[in-house]
Amino acid sequence: MSEMSKTILIKPIFKENPIALQILGVCSALAVTTSLQVTLVMCVALTTVVAFSNLFISMLRNNMPGSIRIIIQMTVIASLVILVDQVLKAFAYETSKQLSVFVGLIITNCIVMGRAEAFAMKNPPIPSFLDGIGNGLGYSLVLIVVGTLRELFGSGSLLGFTILPTVANGGWYQPNGLMLLAPSAFFIIGFFIWILRERNAEQIEKNDYPMSAHTAEKGAH
Amino acid sequence: MSSNVNSVANTLKVALLLCAVCSVVISGAAVLLKPMQTENQILDRNRNILVAAGLFDPAVNTNAEVQSMFERFNARIVDLDSGTFLSDEEAQRLGLNPQTYSESAARNDPAFSDALPGEQDTAKIRRRVRYATVYTIDNADGGFESVVLPVSGYGLWGIMYGYLALEGDGNTILGIGFYDHKETPGLGGEISNPRWQAQWPGKEIYTDADSDEVAFAVVKGGGQGPHQVDALSGATLTSRGVENMIAFWLGERGFGRFLNNEVKG
Repeated sequence: MSEMSKTILIKPIFKENPIALQILGVCSALAVTTSLQVTLVMCVALTTVVAFSNLFISMLRNNMPGSIRIIIQMTVIASLVILVDQVLKAFAYETSKQLSVFVGLIITNCIVMGRAEAFAMKNPPIPSFLDGIGNGLGYSLVLIVVGTLRELFGSGSLLGFTILPTVANGGWYQPNGLMLLAPSAFFIIGFFIWILRERNAEQIEKNDYPMSAHTAEKGAH
Repeated sequence: MSSNVNSVANTLKVALLLCAVCSVVISGAAVLLKPMQTENQILDRNRNILVAAGLFDPAVNTNAEVQSMFERFNARIVDLDSGTFLSDEEAQRLGLNPQTYSESAARNDPAFSDALPGEQDTAKIRRRVRYATVYTIDNADGGFESVVLPVSGYGLWGIMYGYLALEGDGNTILGIGFYDHKETPGLGGEISNPRWQAQWPGKEIYTDADSDEVAFAVVKGGGQGPHQVDALSGATLTSRGVENMIAFWLGERGFGRFLNNEVKG
C-alpha cells in the first residue's frame, strides 16, 4: 500500500476523527451505545455504507450534473442503507431489532454525506473508498470507547457477559443509571475530545472572537 | 465535456439511469431476502411464546430447538367479544389464518379493530383488535395444559408487547415475556430481566378460581401473597403500565370471556 493510501486510511482515526474533530454523526453515537454488541453492528453498518457510498459517488463524479448532485448522493446513500437494513434483518435479526430505526437513520448521518461532498466528489474511486473506511473506523473508535464504558458502568457487563455483578442480579455493583441515558455519551465524548486535543494541540480551535473581562473592576455599582 | 454533463438531456438521463439501477438492486435484495426475514420473525415470535410458557431458557436452549419445541402448541384465533374460538369456516369467511394473522396489522384496520373510549382504555392502547391468536398446549382430556395470550399495554415511553402464559385453569400464571417495548434500559427495561420475571410463575390472576375480578397487582416493596409481584425500582410508571395491561387483557374487554367460556369450564 502506498504512503498516500495509508495516510488517507489512518488520518481520520485520530488526527481527523469525524466525531471528535469534525463533530459529525454525534446523534447516533448517543443512541446506539448503551450496549457494546449493538454498537459493533452499527459500526460495521456505518463503515460499509460510508466506504461504498464514497466509492460509487466517486465513480459517478464526472458524470454528475451539478443541479441534481445532492439528490444523486442521497439516492446512492439511501439505497445502500436500505440494503444494509435488509441484510441485517435476514442475518442478524436480534441485533437489527435492537438497532430499530437507527440503521435507517444512517441516511441522515452527517459523516456519510460529509465525506461524499468533501472527498469523493474530488478524488478517484480507490482513495475515496479508503477514505470511507478510515472515517468509518474513526467513528467506530469513538463509538466502541463510549459503548464499552456505558455498558460496563451502566449494566455491569460487556457484550452481555457479566463483569461487575449488579445488585439486581444478586451481586455487589450498583449500576450507574446515568450511563444508560443519552447525556452520559455526551460527557464521554466530551472527555474523549479533551484528551485527544491535549495530545494533538493543533486540533484546538482558535476563539472566534477574543473574550473580554465580563465585569468592570472600578466604577461598578 | 462539462457543459455536456450539465445539459438538461444528460441530467434526465443520469437521473433515470440511477433510479433504475437503485430500484432494481433494492427490490432484488428485498425479494431475495424476504423468506429469511419472515422465517426470522416467526422464529422470534415462537421463541417468545416458549419463553413466556417457561419452556425455553435462553441461557440453555438454542434457536435451533425452537421449531421442534413449538410443535406442541396449537394456534387458534379467538373472538374476543363472544369469547369463543373461531370455527374454521368462520375464520375462512373473515380471511384469517392463525399462522399468518398479525394483531399489529389488525390493530390499524377498522374492519378488525375498534377504538376504545377513554374510560375503557385502561391499558392506553387506543384500539383493540376483535380477534387474537391464542397458543395452547392441549391435554388428552380436552382441557389445556397451558394457554398463551398476546398482551399489550402502554408503559412509560410506548406500548409494551408480550405474551402471558397461563396454566390450564385459566388463573395461575406460567410466565410472562415481552418481545417489544421502549422502556428505559436499566430501569423500566428490566421488565425483560429473567430475575424479575421469575416471580410471576405460580401467581394467580383472579381473586379466586371462579371469580371474574382481576386481583393481580404489581406493588412496591416486596409483593405479598398469591396475587402480587414486586414492582421495578425506579420505574413506577412502567410497573403501573404492566399492572394495567394485565387488568385490561384478563378483564371483560380482553380475554376474560374467552377464559370463562373455553378454558375454565
